[in-house]
Amino acid sequence: MAKIGLATTWLDGCSGCHMSLLDIDELLIDLAGKVDLLFSPLVDRKTFPDHADVTLVEGAVSSENDVKNILTIRERSGILVSFGDCAITANVPAMRNRFPVDDVLRRGYLETADSFQSEPTAIPSKNVEASFSGIPHLCRMARPIHEFVPVDIVLPGCPPPPAAILYLVSELLAGRIPDMKNRTRFGA
Amino acid sequence: MSNQQPKKLRTDLNPSRLLTFKINDQDVSAREDESILAIARQNDITIPTLCHLDGLSERGACRICIVEIKGSVKLLPACVTLPRQDMEVITHSERVICYRKKILELIFTERNHVCSVCVSNGHCELQNLAVELGVSHVRYNYLYPRHGVDASHSRFSVDHNRCVLCLRCVRVCDEIEGAHTWDLMGRGITSRVITDLNQPWGTSETCTGCGKCVQVCPTGALSEKGKSVAEMIKRRQFLPYLQMMRGRHEEPWQK
Repeated sequence: MAKIGLATTWLDGCSGCHMSLLDIDELLIDLAGKVDLLFSPLVDRKTFPDHADVTLVEGAVSSENDVKNILTIRERSGILVSFGDCAITANVPAMRNRFPVDDVLRRGYLETADSFQSEPTAIPSKNVEASFSGIPHLCRMARPIHEFVPVDIVLPGCPPPPAAILYLVSELLAGRIPDMKNRTRFGA
Repeated sequence: MSNQQPKKLRTDLNPSRLLTFKINDQDVSAREDESILAIARQNDITIPTLCHLDGLSERGACRICIVEIKGSVKLLPACVTLPRQDMEVITHSERVICYRKKILELIFTERNHVCSVCVSNGHCELQNLAVELGVSHVRYNYLYPRHGVDASHSRFSVDHNRCVLCLRCVRVCDEIEGAHTWDLMGRGITSRVITDLNQPWGTSETCTGCGKCVQVCPTGALSEKGKSVAEMIKRRQFLPYLQMMRGRHEEPWQK
């Protein structure tokens, strides 16, 4: 069985899908012998490799940076897997879609901050987004990956069960495209 | 709704005509007033449904139960289509399966079904239907509409983000409870279930607080207060019982 070059990454997600991947426990040791983990939040490499055979992408496309990244990932990946509900439906990150970006940032970073509670007049700018610098702009809405690039396999679940992740990787290692039917569901 | 249907005739004096037709090449017999869905179920042929619920009138709202009928260009909903002599019904052609998936996907796009944080996660008919029909992702763009939650009732709440407009709540409230608190406003994609004259549920004068609407709701749109994620399990045992008692009351000579 040839080793496959595996990459995993997250966009707008909570890392829960990666935790579920780690939840295959001791089987990780077997897996480690069969894959080259080229890029992942779990390893040190900072830039996406030129080519990965399989890439698991967790999370929704939510910022301008996510859009840029998912295009690069698609270009450099053989099989792209939408890994978990956020990647497939935008799920929890999409709960902000009903509100303007500015309101979301104000709520998330200002109104709920301790300093704002004590002196609410301390915020100079009315345009909250303009007062954030050095971080990627949020898109108007968080959206699923497959609305931006073609996806080869979808693995639903919040998070996908460890057994389903293991099955997916095992099938890919055996050179088959896995059929995920009845192994997982939305919100699992 | 029930008051729009013609009053049932006494079947002992006015026997329904019996007819025979085919479902998936299998010969079946039916009374002329039974739906294709009912006949299919009597013959152990499974047709997926969403808005249908035993004990309530048929609505034909969700179109998940569409079937192909030889000679007809249109796909017809099995729950509100009556059979005809020698009709040939196909329940699982490639075309039907393809459209069922599309319909289900469109239902997902129209509201905000965030399964992972929903009170009905794991006990939801919409979620189960996605598994049953093999819908692992939605090919249409999500609309992410802005919908509210009405928690003004002391014991229940309605989250329009999870509503699929099956109108089971409207039907059970009208037909079984007899209160007709629930109704529908708006058209097409902007439709919404309302209580009384589109006022907060807690201020409804007609609502008896019986909770039948909550129990029949297929998703987490209607739930009991105090339930957290995945805790809302619906209890529907009362429906066949009520249907049976009501049937006896109306047609005591039948049973």
